[in-house]
Formats: sequence, structure tokens, C-alpha cells
Amino acid sequence: MANTDQEILEGLAEIVAEETGLDKADVLLEKSFTDDLDIDSLSMMTIVTHAEDKFGVRIPDEEVKNLATVGDAVSFIKGAQD
Amino acid sequence: MTSAREVVVTGLGATTPIGGDVASTWEAALAGESGARTLENDWAEKYSLPVNFAATIKVNPAEVLSRPETKRMDPSTQYAIVAAREAWADAGSPEVDGERLGAVVSSGIGGLWTILDGWDTLRERGARRMLPMTVPMLMPNSPSAYVSLEFGARAGTHALVSACASGAEAVGYAADMIRTGRADVVVAGGTEAVIHPMPLGAFAASRTLSLRNDDPQRASRPYDIDRDGFVLGEGAAVLVLESAEHAAARGARVYAKIGGVGLSSDAYHITSPDPEGKGQVAAMRSAMEDAGVTAADIVHVNAHATSTKVGDLTETYSIRTLLGSDADHVLLSATKSMTGHLLGGAGAIESLFAVKAVSERVAPPTINVDNPDPELQVPLVRDEPAKLPGGDIAAINNSFGFGGHNVALVVQNH
Repeated sequence: MANTDQEILEGLAEIVAEETGLDKADVLLEKSFTDDLDIDSLSMMTIVTHAEDKFGVRIPDEEVKNLATVGDAVSFIKGAQD
Repeated sequence: MTSAREVVVTGLGATTPIGGDVASTWEAALAGESGARTLENDWAEKYSLPVNFAATIKVNPAEVLSRPETKRMDPSTQYAIVAAREAWADAGSPEVDGERLGAVVSSGIGGLWTILDGWDTLRERGARRMLPMTVPMLMPNSPSAYVSLEFGARAGTHALVSACASGAEAVGYAADMIRTGRADVVVAGGTEAVIHPMPLGAFAASRTLSLRNDDPQRASRPYDIDRDGFVLGEGAAVLVLESAEHAAARGARVYAKIGGVGLSSDAYHITSPDPEGKGQVAAMRSAMEDAGVTAADIVHVNAHATSTKVGDLTETYSIRTLLGSDADHVLLSATKSMTGHLLGGAGAIESLFAVKAVSERVAPPTINVDNPDPELQVPLVRDEPAKLPGGDIAAINNSFGFGGHNVALVVQNH
């Protein structure tokens, strides 16, 4: 079942908020995982694991390094679902 | 000997089955409250467990910690962090160079929930679903590592493992770090979080657990003739130890002094104590020599006393052997009658109780002793707290562990 971009963003924001303690409202498309949200590699992999579960997709390890921003992740998940 | 190498206690923190902090835990201990309760789950039925109660934590750490913290820390680490933050604040959040600050926090078993959850995830859902934080959460040094991160402790971070003596060994090691000049301040303690059906089943299999399912609060009864085993507990206690010089320089409030540390091992049996108590006597003797105290100075012992047939009596036999007629004026307290057995946390909470006892001159009670074992060889504090004398006094906290580990700490007034 495919999600809309907005649903993916909201779902991802929930995961990021759980992992980091940030406010969901701060998880915006243009935010960088490392520079803006201060997410380290271990946390990033945790987020990826939860996102795969939540959205029913596979995010290969070699793809994770290309996901610089929240928007990149939303686009990848959307593409993987379609 | 100058006071520079003297070790004092300047901060206390705890989260236990009888209280979410030191004040509530100590108040409950003096009031003789039991932390044991019937488990509100289906484990006993589902796994045919012969035991359906334990001394569970009074305040869930989720009420105190942030959501991300509870997700990235095993419960054993969560308890340690709750206790460490309290201890640190209680010590006045000392300004200390990180190079001179240590962290020594032990767990007897480690991140058991994380290990078993990880195994379940792997079996049921495959490797792809395993969480990346699994290893840093399950490792037994995780509590000490998180405590070191919390306060920036860079003089050394250690996790000594000696089963039910672990928490006391941590306090002893921390004292030695200060005395040997490696650190000025050390955050030290012990933690455990294994109230899970697997260890309950395993301890029951070793026939060491009380099976008094119909009356959990009366189940932990060290020295009572009808004791039938220990009650599994959980929680953590943390002490801030400091060189007397460092504490004085910053005008810190001092609870008591850790005067001596004694360590020995039985090399007798993997679980049973040497019936002659040679190792226990050796540990207590060396702690007393280390502190420069004699039998006449010892007014209180916080016993290891877990409420097992053999263990309880061996310890009082050891105390009598070592102290001779001076054991007549020792007030013996078995606080596991109230807290249950915190395993790796036990030696820490009982060190903390010994510190409070010396500081406030009151020995906590032992509850549930309806009929004292006639072979008990030392005066027992029963039901009501007992006053300790004025003047210079010394107390011993004994902690012994499966594996034959014996740790004795001498606590003195400052």
C-alpha cells in the first residue's frame, strides 16, 4: 500500500522524534539528518530499520549514505513503494 | 597518612523496589516496607514458572527519563542513570576535571532484556529487523559507559562483574581509584534489571528462589527459621566517592567515609559459600585492617543475607568467628528482607544503606523474622530501626556472589 509524501514525512518524523527526542514539527523536508538533526550513523541505521518496518520497503545500506535530507528519504521511500 | 587519600561519600542516588529515590527508599526501609509484589502478567501460567512474584522497581524509569533514552538504554542502564543523576545532583554537581573523574558501575548479569529481545527479533523477523543499538545496549559495561558519558568521566570507566557482589566491588574499586591517585571523584554503584521469565525460571531451577507465592511481602525473611530462598529484585544505587581533600576544598557535605575495602574468594564451590566462611572472614578482616579498625569499633553490619538456608547462617558464623565476643554489640540488618535481592545492584544499595546508617546513626530493620533461626549468632535488628551509638563508629557492608566472591566494605563516620 503506497503512502502519500505527506504520510511518509509524518511517519518518518515520528520515528526521528522517538529516536532523537526532537519535536516532530522540526523534522522538515529540507533538514539534513547529520547537520540539522544531529543524527549519528548508529541512530541513522536505527531510523532506517524502523522506516523499513513502517513503510514496507527495503533501504539498502549503500543507499543510506545518499539520504542526506529528510526529503531525500521521503523520495526514496515513495519510489520504493511505487 | 594524610587526608588526601581518604575517601568520603558526598552523593547518593537510588531507584529500588521500595522507592524511586534515596529519600523514599530510606524512609521505606526504616518503616520496614516490602517491595515484593505479585507479577501482573501471565508468565507463571505461560511458562509453568513455580514463582509469580518479585520485588519490581517502584518508579518506572520511563517516568523520569526521556523517550529516546529509554529506547537506547537497556533497563539496567536506565536504572543506573536515574540513580547516577540523583547522586550527582546530591553531591552538588561537583566541578571536576574529567581527567580526574571515574565511573565504576557494575551489573551482575548485564543487558538481559536486550539480549533476549534481540534473539526474539532475529528468530521471528530476521537479521534485517535487528536494531543497531542492540550490542551497545546489551553489553554489561553499558551502565558504566553511559554514566561516564553523562558526566564526562575520563579517568577510567569500569564494570566489575562478581554476581551479587558486583555493586560492592564497584564501590571498593572506586575507593581504590581515589586512594591510588587515579581519580579525585568517582561515580560508583551497581544495577540490575532481570525480572524476566527466563532468569526467574533459571533461579527457580537452582532452587534458590522463595516460592511463597501466596504471600510475596513475607517471602524475603533472612534468618527466619522458615526462610525458603531469595526474592528477585531490581534497581540501582550509585554513590559519589571523593577524596576527602577534594570534598573539603569545595565545601561538600560528607555522609561518611569508606575506610576500608576487603576482597577475597572462596575457591570452594560455584554457588555455595565455604561452610567455614574462611573467605568471608578474610574479606572482612582485610577491610578492617585497611580501615585501621578493631572488632570493638564495629557497631553495625549490613548483611548479605539473601534469605537462603545456608547463606544466611554462614555469614553470621563468619562474623562471630572474626569478631568473637565483640559480635555481641553488632547490630545486624538484612535489608534484602525489604528490597528483595538486587543481584548486581545489591552491593551498591546495601553500601548506600550502610552509609546512611552511619551518617544518621540508625540501623534499618530486618522484617519477616517471626521465628529467628536459633543458630543465628549475631544480634539482629528486627522490625524497628535501632539506634547506633555516638562517637567514632564503623559499619561493615558484606556482599557475596555466586562464584565465591567476597567483598567487605568498612564505612566510618567522618
